Formats: sequence, C-alpha cells, structure tokens
Amino acid sequence: MNTLFEFPILSLIVFLPLVGCLVLLLIQQENKKAIQQTAFGFSMVTFFVSLLLLLGFDASNVNLQFAETQSWIPTLGVSYSIGIDGISLLLILLATLITPIAILSSFSAVTEKTKAYYASILFLETSMLGVFMAMDLFLFYIFWEIMLVPMYFLIGIWGGGRRLYSAIKFFLFTLFGSLFMLLGILGVYFLNHNPEYGTGEFTFNLIDLYKMNLPLSFQIWLFLAFFLGFAIKVPMFPFHTWLPDAHTDAPTAGSVILAGVLLKMGTYGFVRFSLPLFPEASHAFVPMIVILSLIGIVYGAFLALAQKDIKRLVAYSSVSHLGFVMLGMFALNQHGLTGSLLQMINHGISTGALFLLVGMLYERRHTRLIADFKGLATPMPILAVFFAITMFSSIGLPGLNGFIGEFLILVGAFQYNKVYAGTAVIGVILGAAYMLWLFQRIILGPVDKPENKILQDLNAREIIYMVPLLLLMFWIGLYPKPFIEIMTPAANNTIRMVNRGVADQKQVHLSLEYPKDAVPIGKTAEALDKPQSQTRLN
Amino acid sequence: MESPVPLNALFAILPESILVICACLLFIIEPFLPKNRRDLMGYFAMAALTLSGGSLVLLWGENISAFNGMIVIDLFALVFKTILLITSGLTILISIRYIKIEKIHLAEYYGLILFATVGMMFLPSTSDLLSFYLSLELMSIAFYILVAFMRKDPKSLEAGIKYFLTGILTSGLMLYAIALLYGLTGTTHLGSMKAFFASQNAPSILSNPMLLFALVLLVAGFGFKIAAVPFHMWAPDVYEGAPTPISAFLSIGSKLSVLSAMLRVFVFGLSGSYDDWWQILWVVAVLTMTLGNIAALVQTNFKRLLAYSSIAHAGYFLVGLLAKSEYGMAAIVIHSVAYLLMTAGAFTMVILACKQGDRGDQIQDLRGLGQEYPIVGVAFVLFALSLIGIPPTAGFIGKLFLFGAAIEGEFYWLAVIGVINSVISLYYYFKVATVMFMEEAPQGMSLSFSMPLKVGLLIMSSATLAIGLFPELLIQTAFASIQVLF
Repeated sequence: MNTLFEFPILSLIVFLPLVGCLVLLLIQQENKKAIQQTAFGFSMVTFFVSLLLLLGFDASNVNLQFAETQSWIPTLGVSYSIGIDGISLLLILLATLITPIAILSSFSAVTEKTKAYYASILFLETSMLGVFMAMDLFLFYIFWEIMLVPMYFLIGIWGGGRRLYSAIKFFLFTLFGSLFMLLGILGVYFLNHNPEYGTGEFTFNLIDLYKMNLPLSFQIWLFLAFFLGFAIKVPMFPFHTWLPDAHTDAPTAGSVILAGVLLKMGTYGFVRFSLPLFPEASHAFVPMIVILSLIGIVYGAFLALAQKDIKRLVAYSSVSHLGFVMLGMFALNQHGLTGSLLQMINHGISTGALFLLVGMLYERRHTRLIADFKGLATPMPILAVFFAITMFSSIGLPGLNGFIGEFLILVGAFQYNKVYAGTAVIGVILGAAYMLWLFQRIILGPVDKPENKILQDLNAREIIYMVPLLLLMFWIGLYPKPFIEIMTPAANNTIRMVNRGVADQKQVHLSLEYPKDAVPIGKTAEALDKPQSQTRLN
Repeated sequence: MESPVPLNALFAILPESILVICACLLFIIEPFLPKNRRDLMGYFAMAALTLSGGSLVLLWGENISAFNGMIVIDLFALVFKTILLITSGLTILISIRYIKIEKIHLAEYYGLILFATVGMMFLPSTSDLLSFYLSLELMSIAFYILVAFMRKDPKSLEAGIKYFLTGILTSGLMLYAIALLYGLTGTTHLGSMKAFFASQNAPSILSNPMLLFALVLLVAGFGFKIAAVPFHMWAPDVYEGAPTPISAFLSIGSKLSVLSAMLRVFVFGLSGSYDDWWQILWVVAVLTMTLGNIAALVQTNFKRLLAYSSIAHAGYFLVGLLAKSEYGMAAIVIHSVAYLLMTAGAFTMVILACKQGDRGDQIQDLRGLGQEYPIVGVAFVLFALSLIGIPPTAGFIGKLFLFGAAIEGEFYWLAVIGVINSVISLYYYFKVATVMFMEEAPQGMSLSFSMPLKVGLLIMSSATLAIGLFPELLIQTAFASIQVLF
C-alpha cells in the first residue's frame, strides 16, 4: 500500500509503549529519575514515530492505509488487522501527544510507586492506540477492554477523594456497556455467517462486515447493543454519572488521558462501527440520540455552573462538549460529521489543558475548591494567561480551535433541524457563562488569602508541556485546513456508507431546503469559506 | 461384535490403573519414610500423575469401547482426562506446604487425591449410566474423607458431614433417575438410549409424566454435584470448612468431571428429548448465575466468595449446555480449561495467606498483598479478569464462546442475563483486588511460599494469559473433541 513504509509502522507505534512498560519493570523502584526518564523517553519516541505517519499518509485516499494483517485465530476468523484512515490518524496523534504530556505533568505530582504508575500509563497508551487502529472486531474488543484495568488502578491507587468508589464505578459502568457491545459483536459475527445477510464466512474483519446487508429489525437490536457500549464511554446523558467521579478522583495525568483520549474512544466507536455497520438503524435512532445529546449539552452545562470544585466543573463541561460531538455526528451530514471529528480533537486539547492547569493548582495548594482561590493573576501571571487562552478555546472564541468545531457542528445540526441547532446554541452560551464565571472567581480580582499570595508561577517543565497544546489551539483555530483535509475524505466516506440503503431523497430534500449559498447571516467570512472549501475537496 | 479381549480394555483404563497402583504404593511407603522426608510423598504422587499423563499420550487418537460398552475412550474423554489430571497435579503442588502448616501431612491425603482422580477420570469415559454411577461414587467417597481431613478442626468435620449427607442424597436421586430411565427405555446404555429417543414412538414429558419425573431427578442429581441453584446450599459451607487445596480440587475437579458426564448423558444420550429438558435447565441456569453472583457480593470470607463464584460458573456452563450446539459444547471444553486455571489460581491466594493457627481465608487477610508482593498481586488480577471474562485471558475466550453459543442458539435473554451477571461479578472479584492493592499491608506480612506452589502459580498465571492470547490450539482441540457427542 505504501512504498515509503514497508515495515509495520503501526504495530511499532502500538507496541512501543508496551515495550516501555516492560522495560520499566526491570528498573529498580528506588531509581525514580531513571523511571521517569524511561517512561517519558518511550512516550516521546512513540510520538515521533507516529509523526512519520503524516509523511506517508495520503489524505485523498479513502481506503485503509499502513494496513497490516496477520491471521491470528483462524478457526474463529480472527485476524490481527490494523490500519488507519483520516478519522483514526488524528486521534492516534492526539493520543501519542497527550501521553508524554501526561507523563511530564506527573514528575512532581506522583512520588509513590512511580514504577507501577508510569507502567500503567504506558500500558494505557498501547490500548488506546490499539483501539484506534484495530480493523478486526475481536482485536478491537481486546484493546477496548484491557484499557479498563490500568485506568482502574490509576484512579484507585494514585487518585484522591473517594478514589476506591470512583474507580470501581468507572469499571462497572464501562464493563456493563462493553459486555453488551460484545453481545452485539457476536450477533454481527453470526449474522454475517448467514449468507442471506452477509458474506457467509466466520469473520471478525471489519472490512468484510461492512458488506453486510441486514434487515432493519436486526440492525435496531445490534445498534442498541453497540450504543450501550459507546454511549457509556462517551458518556452521553443519562450514562454520564461515572464521569464526574472518575475525573475528580483520578490523578491529574489520569484525568488528562481520560478526557483527552479515552472519551473519544466512544465517539470514535460510533463513527467506525455503528454508522457504517447499521446505516438504517443509525437513521432510525437519530431523533433519540440527538435529543439525548441536547439534554447532555444543556444539562451538563447547567451542572457545570453549579459546581464548587474546579475539576468537577471541567468534568461536567466535558459532558456538555461531548454532547456537541454526538449532535454533529448524528446530523448525519458532511458538515456535522467533520465538525464532530474536529471537535473530538479540540476537546482533547482544550479539556486536557484545563485538567493540567487544575492539576498545577492542586499540586500547589492541595485543594480544588473554587472558593479557595481568588486573584491568581497576581501571583501567577503565566498561569492566568494560559488559563485564559485555554478557556477561550473551550468556549469557542473565533480564532481558537473550539470555534471551528462548534461552528461546523452547528451548521450540520442546522441542516438537520433548526430547533435542535437553536437548542445547542444555548449550550454554547452557557458554556461561556460557566467558564468566564470560573475565570472571574479564581483568576481575577484581588488576592484574599495569604497562602495564595506566595504561590509559585509555572516552572519551566510546566510551561514546556503546556506550550504544544496552546500552539495547537491557535493552529487549528487560525488555519484548520490541514486537519480538515485529513479527515474530510474519510468523513465523506462514512456519510456515504451510512446513507447507502437509505433513500437519497432525504439528502435531496435537505439540500433543497437549505441551499449551500444560504449560510445563516452573522457568521464571519472565514466561516463562510468553510463549507465551500470542503465541497471542493470531495 | 464386542470381543472380551481384556488387553484392549486394560489399555483403555491404563491411566486410571497407574493411579490406583501408585496410590496403594503410597500407603505402603509411608511408614518407611522418615518424618522430615515426607515431602517425597507429594512428589511421588506428582510422578504418578505424570506417568498417567504419559499413558494418556499413548491413548491419544484411539477410539476404544471396553467392558461391554461401559467405558469408552475417545477424544472427548481424553481431553477431559487431561484437564482432570492437570487439576489433580495443581492441587498437589499447592498442597505440599499447606498440609504441613495444618499438620495433616499424611500419605492418605495424597492417596485419596489419587483415588478421587481415578473416579473423576472415569466420568468423561462413561457411556453407560451404571459405570457413570460407579465412577461418581468412587470420586465422592474419596471426597467425603478429604473434606473432613482436618479432623481436629470442627469446621472441617462439619463440612465433611454436610457433604456426606447431601452426597448420599444425591446418589439416591441419581439411582432413582437411572431406574426410571431404565424402566422407560429398557436400557442404561447411552447409545441405545439415544437410539430409543430418536425413534418415532419416543415419549415426551406430555405423553409420559414418568419422563418428566426422571428428568427432574436427573437434573437435581447433577445439580447437586455441580452446585447449581437450588441444589447449591452445601457448597459454601463445604468449601469454607475443607482444607483449602481440597476446596479447589472439589470446585474444579468434581464439577468439571460431572459436567463432562452431564454432556454425555444430556447432549448425547437424551438428545432426542431436548425439547423436554431445556426448559428445566434454562431456569436452573438463570437461577444459578444470578443467585451465585448476588450472594457473592456480600461475602467477607474469601473461600465462601469463591464458592459462590464457583456456583455462578456452574450457571455459565449450563448456558453452553443449553445451546446444545457444537459451539456450546466447544464452549464448555474451552471454559473448563479456563475455569481450572483461574479457580485454582484464586484458591492459591488463600493458601498463600494461610499461617500456623490462621486459616487466612478472610478477604482482609490479603490486604496490602499486591504492594508487598506485586507479582502475586498481578497474578491475582489476571485470575480475576479471567473469572469476570475480560480479555486477554482464558476466561474471556470461554465466555466469548458461551455467550456466542447462546446467541447462535437464539437464547438471547440467557445471553443478556449472563452478561449482566458478569458485570455483577466484577464488583466482588475486584473488591479483593482493591484490598490487595489499595489498602496498607499489616506489619510483618509474610506469605507461605514454597517451591511447588511457585511452580503451580507460574503455570496457572502464564497459561491463563497464553490461552487468552493464543487460543487457536485449544479451540481446534475443543471442536475436534466434541464431535462424538452428536
């Protein structure tokens, strides 16, 4: 497929962190410095190797790239098949970027049992990368499930607050969903064996399963089984209750990885599996999912407004933002899906950065209550600036990354239904409200507590790991074209797959109702460009 | 025509004969061994098992029907015999230090384990209800003594009495069921029974209530032995009171061997009346999974917890049996291997925590273990994942097949109930993991390690992981072995 990379680069990327994890186990527990450096070294090497993917990646090609396949359990039709397209590429890069940042942020925060800690993070990275690359349902499920174990221990051992409760709650919720997904996977597997619906073979290979042609009555049940697995992970309302607990009690690096990457596994699952495998059921469930997303957007935002703990506030903001991602995706049109994919990356960057900033505050003051901070701009000017940028990115200020994603999602939602798009806008406004109010309460104003007066500003290490995230916020905000170019062909392909079998009338109907040149009034010129630039790419 | 050539028949029972001879030798050797060399008896028993295993290799691939069709040797029997031999071997490996701590270091201990193994190994070979009954009794009588082996411990004695009383009741039920089936079909041979039920005028429970009665008794008898609800009451008490390696041996060996006979009886012998018995087993399976898992949630004693976990697993096995498809049968074989490894592994944790005068069977006895002994802790996490059915472990492959069989056989609700039960089970297995990793160890924590136990733990944990990652060979063997049932 690719002449530049004859060697299995994807396998290398997936298993490098695992090798790092094993190497860590050989180092003496006392040698903390060596443990930190090895963990960071391995995660950085993984990141640089994953950057090589960009060199060989052909954005115009909708097929799988860098694909590898190797028979694994032939009796069952299981193969070790991995490959990427535009959707997974950016998520992989996000994961390989977030992991070294998370490791770097833990150098001073985690002082006990460091070996097991960094080994868990590297193990987690392997499983995350595997999820985004797996093209075999069996392989996917394995990566999806083993992710739970290191995360459970990260929360349970190195967390704070009610860490035991939160860890087991996280585990129970996610396992509940994923076991139903397993039933769905088995259902697909056996139905595909029936020549009436599928290829007549026993196979878990996704590319083969895409060819299935299931009646709607089967699709609905299978869609629901997968839906439980993914919706709990996203998490969508009403399955979100594990998230605030897990986020709040996890160590900083755990929260960053959880928000930055793990939640995307759920939304990625919808794009990769639910939409193409069950196209008609996806259309049938649009109203339900859109309404749940809207509830998530507004309800999450209101809950965020009410929080006293900064980390909990950020956690609820995730519920709201992921509602946007789901809304855009299930508008089932090109703008919505592209926006949704971009927003996954954006959310990973900005929420990851927010958790890092909260982690810095916690490390200094050992509290996360909003009431304990005031006027931090005076003792910590750099933190204040970083916080401001991140906050604006999160609420979608034009010029920063959040805006592009939210705008595309709203355009997509608008094409689907004006009322729904209008409701989602309430979420945007509330999002600005809770973030700005938070900013006002902790960063602005006079310092009122003596212990806050002597707070140290960010040190060099903290600045180093924040800067890449801040740069990305500006880059995506000002020049999103390269990112959108990578994902557009894959997104269009997904839209084509989800619309196969469903009468094209719906699309025609939509474009008749909202012609392309009738973009809503009051948007910037830059935004006006966006839909057109994508149509050109098609 | 069946020829009465004893050579062929003797060959068929060679593995069992070796064990019987060695067990008798053990009793003879004991008085001549100095007290400090008694470990040798354990190694002698291991050698006997190895020798018996070697004779299984000789038998591999043979198809023999011996003693007028009482005993058959086929791949199905051989696979289960191998599983049971491994169970026995692991039991002895984890016993050697334990029985010294509990001061029951006697030749009878090993001898009875070997006798029980003989009974177990005959069970998957039985093609007649009479030889089935005899094998069952041979195994059970050895277990009655083994369970009560710590004769100065009231708990062990209580367990022995309980197991004995329920055991003889079970035997009565079984005999009654066999008699009724004989009255109905005119045969005790499973092959002839299969032919009878396949014929045109075969009775159904509607046309002949006697069949219903026989089936209910049969389910009850098997239910007692595999500890299925509502015949499970004895299990927690017996597992708690018995010497820990014997609890493991009972929950693995006894359950799996009876299960293999159950496959022969229900899936092979009674296949013609499937429509009559699946409903009964459906109810039993659902009750077993659900009650086992829910009762396990509140246990503070690790052995009782494992007893309920073992009950729950009986329910999962029944899911595979109910499907009565190739998938379901293969699932049972695969999950048997997984169950053997992970259950033995979990019981090993109790043995490790056991000290002089302290049974070490409370969950609290394990606190901080994962921090003090990370390798043991990680091994337990592996077993727990396997018991729940999370990849990449052997238990996942087993559950994948069991639930797959349910879905393929269109037992959708059974699959959903099974899945919900797996989620419940996460809570109590990880409650133990939480105690191990997230609570501080008491001052001067030490574990009762010994070389054989370390070897056993290494085998169990590495095999759990290896089967989870590379199950191909096991799957192929499983599919090949169950062909004789159809």
